[in-house]
Amino acid sequence: MEARTQPTTHATMLGRTPPGAAAPAGSAPPPLKAESRGLSFHYGKFQALKSITMPVHEHRVTALIGPSGCGKSTFLRCFNRMHDLYPGNRYEGEIVLYPDNTNLLDRDVDPIEVRMRVSMVFQKPNPFPKSIYENVAYGLRVRGVKNRNLLDDKVEASLRGAALWDEVKGRLHEVGSNLSGGQQQRLCIARALATDPEILLFDEPTSALDPIATASIEELIAELRRQVTILIVTHNMQQAARVSDYTAYMYLGELIEFDRTDTIFFKPRRKETEDYITGRFG
Amino acid sequence: MAANAIPGVPGRPVVSERLARKFSRNTKERAIEALLFLAASVSVLTTAGIVYILVKESAVFFGQVSPWSFLTDTQWTPLFDDAHFGIGVLLSGTITSSAVALLVAIPLGTTIAIYLSEFARPRSREIAKPILELLSGVPTIVYGYFALLFVTPILQKLIPGLPGFNLLSAGIVMGIMIVPLVASISEDAMRAVPMALREGSFAMGATRLQTALNVVFPAALSGIAAAYILGISRAVGETMILAVAAGMQPNLTFNPLEPAATITAYIVQVALGDLPHGSIGYQTIFAAGLTLLLLTLAFNLIGLWLRKRFRQAY
Repeated sequence: MEARTQPTTHATMLGRTPPGAAAPAGSAPPPLKAESRGLSFHYGKFQALKSITMPVHEHRVTALIGPSGCGKSTFLRCFNRMHDLYPGNRYEGEIVLYPDNTNLLDRDVDPIEVRMRVSMVFQKPNPFPKSIYENVAYGLRVRGVKNRNLLDDKVEASLRGAALWDEVKGRLHEVGSNLSGGQQQRLCIARALATDPEILLFDEPTSALDPIATASIEELIAELRRQVTILIVTHNMQQAARVSDYTAYMYLGELIEFDRTDTIFFKPRRKETEDYITGRFG
Repeated sequence: MAANAIPGVPGRPVVSERLARKFSRNTKERAIEALLFLAASVSVLTTAGIVYILVKESAVFFGQVSPWSFLTDTQWTPLFDDAHFGIGVLLSGTITSSAVALLVAIPLGTTIAIYLSEFARPRSREIAKPILELLSGVPTIVYGYFALLFVTPILQKLIPGLPGFNLLSAGIVMGIMIVPLVASISEDAMRAVPMALREGSFAMGATRLQTALNVVFPAALSGIAAAYILGISRAVGETMILAVAAGMQPNLTFNPLEPAATITAYIVQVALGDLPHGSIGYQTIFAAGLTLLLLTLAFNLIGLWLRKRFRQAY
């Protein structure tokens, strides 16, 4: 499935090896993992999203960018129905998850089922007041897994997946909040990975971190793409350019432009996108 | 204070003027500081005064009764000719009634707190919480007669042979009295847990109950422990309910089905009677009071330790 290709041009300009791998221009895009169709969202009377239709490609990183208040986080949080936690919120339209064509927003679909398939990493690291081990095992415990061997294996695999294993393997039973900010965020990523989600949502995962921790999280995101489909909200356009294969530019609750990241950054079709990308706006 | 110019820099009187203003400002600041300090001292001095009186009067008592027999004697008959001063007798009543109260208050209070903090809609919380707090405003003498005249007869139907005065009834009602305290402080502690932590749990596919029990409760544990400790202190120090409903017979027992006097009930009993000042019977009040104070102090220290031990930094 993975047709890895040479880094495209934006890589050189941004001075980093990109995760690369959007299919070269002309070839068929990768299959869809999910698709938002005519999605509108209301916080009470306020309409935060206006009829958004956007594909999410499987095993690719899709970045959502745009100025503050454009609805990118709101959009992201529709994918795991986080808005259901607060009263007065309303969805319209649908988010279809492939291959089974489930509409995540359907009233008959249990939001807990949705969150079992779509996991999330938050802006500020939020490890639970538990040991490192129990933090990672949390999602499995919630699902009723009690088999010690299975838990051990999953915890190790997830911590390795989040590039944290070597740093914490000797102290799995210490409290997770004792770790540094970057480690805590990787712990949260491990926690999200432990349940083998199909989609992983990142809500500005590095905005609370220093540049070194940010770099390690970005590398991790590029790496994780092999096993999971990723949606990431970021304030940082360089970050979007570095980690993503596809980019969506949003403004005032509307999807202005969606395309491959290099297209968005080098040949945007819309004037608004170009203004934002080049820093003339936002 | 307002010195002249800076040495070696002639002709700059401005500096001294500024200093003068600063001096008056400092004086005002200091006066306010002193006032605030005085206010804070009142409570500290009161505590110190209580400790001083208790220790001083207890010293007189322990001049006549050895601390060893105070702690180990199995009889408490200070007013009899054959006087015995075994505080353990009263302590057993205090411990038993408090244990019953906590067995009621902690599970019930915690459950209410979890409900109010994690499940109740804002509307029902706004209605339920003031009503709950009203419960803690009921005078304890009312609770005492509630225990004696309402709860005890019910218990007597369930447990044949239960005496009219018993620790069980008093303890249960005392527990009900403490529920609002435990629930209210625990709820505050749980509500202070940041939403980000709950969202993290929900995002993992946890239910509300799983989130409440596995994430919010442990995160709020230091505050909840403080609530429990306050509840214990309240139970240990409670007087009227026990004086009314548990009887005033000193009785070395850990059986809640029996009547027994607690330390507080004894103090009331003796303080109401006409004992001459300076008699040994009168001095026992202070020894009993000191015991109570030390007991409460111990619990507060445990509470402090628990709070440190389980403190979560967000």
